[in-house]
Amino acid sequence: MRYIPHTAEDVRRMLQTVGVDSVDELFVEIPDSVRLQRPLNLDDSLSESELLVALQELAQRNATVSQTASFLGAGAYNHFIPAVIDHLVSRSEFYTAYTPYQPEISQGTLQAIFEYQTMICQLTGMDAANASMYDGASACAEGVLMACRATRRRRVLLSRGLHPEYRSTVQTYCRYLDVELEEIPVDAATGRTDLKALGAALDQDCAAVVSGYPNFFGIIEDIGSQAKLAHEHGARLVAAVQEPIALGLLKSPGELGADIVLGEGQSFGLPLSFGGPYLGFFAARQKDIRTLPGRLVGETLDLEGRRGFVLTLATREQHIRRERATSNICSNQGLCALMATIYLSLMGKTGLREVAQHNFSKTQYAKERIGALQGFKIPFSGPTFNEFVVKAEEGSAAVLSRLEQQGMLGGIALECFYPEFDQHLLVCVTEQNSRGQIDALVDALAGGAS
Amino acid sequence: MRAGTRGLILKEKLLFEHSTPGRKGYRLPTLDVPEAQLPENLERAEITGFPELSEVDVVRHFTRLSTWNYGVDSGFYPLGSCTMKYNPKVNEAACRLSGFAQVHPMVPDRLAQGALEMMHDLQEALAEISGLPALTLQPGAGAHGELAGMLVIRAFHEARGQKRHKVIIPDTAHGTNPATAALCGYQVVPVASDGILTAAAVAEHMDNEVAALMITNPNTLGLFEGEIAEICKVVHDQGGLVYCDGANLNALMGIARPGDMGIDVMHFNLHKTFSTPHGGGGPGSGPVGVSAELAPFLPVPVVVRDEDGFRLDFDRPRSIGRMKGFHGHFGVLVRAWAYIRTMGGAGLREATEMAVLNANYVRARLEPAFHLPYKRRSLHEVVFSDRDLQGGCKTLDVAKRLIDYGFHPPTVYFPLVVAGALMIEPTETESVEALDEFCEAMLAIVREAQEDPELLKQAPRVPHIRRLDETRAARKPRLRWRAENENG
Repeated sequence: MRYIPHTAEDVRRMLQTVGVDSVDELFVEIPDSVRLQRPLNLDDSLSESELLVALQELAQRNATVSQTASFLGAGAYNHFIPAVIDHLVSRSEFYTAYTPYQPEISQGTLQAIFEYQTMICQLTGMDAANASMYDGASACAEGVLMACRATRRRRVLLSRGLHPEYRSTVQTYCRYLDVELEEIPVDAATGRTDLKALGAALDQDCAAVVSGYPNFFGIIEDIGSQAKLAHEHGARLVAAVQEPIALGLLKSPGELGADIVLGEGQSFGLPLSFGGPYLGFFAARQKDIRTLPGRLVGETLDLEGRRGFVLTLATREQHIRRERATSNICSNQGLCALMATIYLSLMGKTGLREVAQHNFSKTQYAKERIGALQGFKIPFSGPTFNEFVVKAEEGSAAVLSRLEQQGMLGGIALECFYPEFDQHLLVCVTEQNSRGQIDALVDALAGGAS
Repeated sequence: MRAGTRGLILKEKLLFEHSTPGRKGYRLPTLDVPEAQLPENLERAEITGFPELSEVDVVRHFTRLSTWNYGVDSGFYPLGSCTMKYNPKVNEAACRLSGFAQVHPMVPDRLAQGALEMMHDLQEALAEISGLPALTLQPGAGAHGELAGMLVIRAFHEARGQKRHKVIIPDTAHGTNPATAALCGYQVVPVASDGILTAAAVAEHMDNEVAALMITNPNTLGLFEGEIAEICKVVHDQGGLVYCDGANLNALMGIARPGDMGIDVMHFNLHKTFSTPHGGGGPGSGPVGVSAELAPFLPVPVVVRDEDGFRLDFDRPRSIGRMKGFHGHFGVLVRAWAYIRTMGGAGLREATEMAVLNANYVRARLEPAFHLPYKRRSLHEVVFSDRDLQGGCKTLDVAKRLIDYGFHPPTVYFPLVVAGALMIEPTETESVEALDEFCEAMLAIVREAQEDPELLKQAPRVPHIRRLDETRAARKPRLRWRAENENG
């Protein structure tokens, strides 16, 4: 076995040092009654070349975004990934290290996280960001719990425009806690959170209002008005960003009054990878930093006065505070955060805006062309970023299967998340979709409806 | 000896301090549609302080930062409880295949049959290894799996109309255990173990208010809980369930299965036992296995096989719901699958045997010099204390001095039941020569403590940075860089 270096002679010599006659004797504390009395029933071991053949066989049975024109989004986005990222995160000093418990030999990881925290703050308009969480949905659940801790209140209002998987993750986390969740409808005309309904639902027990920015329908929410309403009742406004490329172009949630900003960082240089691993980012204002969940990296000095970085404010965390911790999380998405940091460094001040502008322009182009087709409507009037909802007279399932036959992944049927939208598709256009692909999509849609 | 020494040490500023107005590290294609204008009131101003760098600037920056890190590929990394085994390189190639890396999570099931078959296969392999028949691959890490597992337990009791509100946790537990129990709305009942938990001690705290016992086996002292079958019986007899923290599964593969011991729920740490990289703190992956009785409560979706092939099953009315977005850390699952296929059943057993041999070898070589508080036969790790160190030196000093010798220190001050704990887990991928070098360094440090304790207290000296002031970091936290003209 090539990952295990022991020769028979090594084993003999080591057993002698230990003072036992056989490897079996090392397991003397395990009673016979609970021992496995047969070999594990698993497939035989493969050589490296056989393994690669088996992997290729599995891999080729999946549709990729490079072979198929894809207009799928809904919280996972097909953006270009510069080659630099994979080269740098393949440095094994990064990927074979663990949590930086020993700061003197982990400054690479620690400084990169400090840079990551800084860029997340700059993008979101917040004062402090944690070292990352599992993904956008779990970060959203942590955001709800944090708002309850910070306000000592127990009612939370979730916009129905918030990503449905984020909402269901919040529900799972709150299942057995004393937190009451209530859904705020979206305005049928604009696709934005219904401000009247929000105003009516807010009261002195409300810890937070949680809204997507952009929301699940791709609509740019009026976070400013929501924040104002929330603040009038002493509640926090939590902005959940499922497509952070938007932050290159849109006003930051912080500027609009949000108190907690969290979201999914996959768009920042992480592969789609069938849903993970992705990157939950999480940021808040100075007043709330001691109730933040997750790891934090802070700046300090060493014995000789040199700048260095350490994990800090650990008294919030599970290994110190145990059942009174701010979260049970004990890792972060270290390597994913590093990928995002490298992506953002390459794109920089102008690149992120440009790529956001491309997404927005291409989406406007597609939306206008599809909206002009017979049999198709754009049901929501609210401004969108890189996703939009299309209502198809022939029904979403029929449209999607027709597109699939022409080699296109045309979007996502909204019906599985929103039964009331049984004719609706969610279409996403990124900088990876050429004008040719968009035109082909429009032609294919037109072809079927005529 | 392959010890630490001074090499070329590079200085490196923060990204933001390298920034030069006008520099770019990207080039987009020419926009092939008309440029659209976002309504002005929605558009942000330029982001103050955001970096402007060339591609070369970025590559140099992160390459130089990487040289300040120590990974498994740099050398021995005996961090107890973390199972820092070698991360096979072919697995890194595997997860990057375009047929895995470029698949959108919302493609229809029929267009992801290879991915779903791999997940189904992994579910079955983990079920065979653990003896727990039903699996979810969704949780993002060990602590997340723990939360999923405990929510399943609570859902099970509630479905039977039982409002149990307590969870028993022995003092050797990971800190995540009590934090998780609290997140499930449970009250924690601590129980003292004296190294090994007895069925009698559990019986003392067990009543029909107890939802579950959370146990780690082998425990955090590296000792097998020999009364596990009796303990499970005590808990089951009063209607409770037993949760096992799977952090230490590397000690049991092919030898014994938690499911056969009476465990009802266990999480796996694919980034420990199944060789996926720790990534500087993540991403991990924390699948959960449960008994057949608990299967209906697992998070959605699970991968099932039927006559049409493989599919994601969302129609599970008794499920606790979703733990996160999509279907789990797929890229990590691919690596774990590749590892299991490479090792085979016999290879996994060999991994466990050699991991246990390595831990016992280190124990035998260090026991004459270090105090060993618990003397039963160790499995995959061994815990010493700093009690017998001379010169006023402590565990932290040993850890820092080990850095000068070129090693990553063991886990320190954990488990809490041992004062000044040094928790050493060598894993099976270390050769006897690597273990000898480490043991010689440890023995040299014991002598230094006696003869010249300042060598320990001033350590480390070899890295580019010395001991850091953690109090200062916490007292006035600086969690981000700010541009000079920025407020705050």
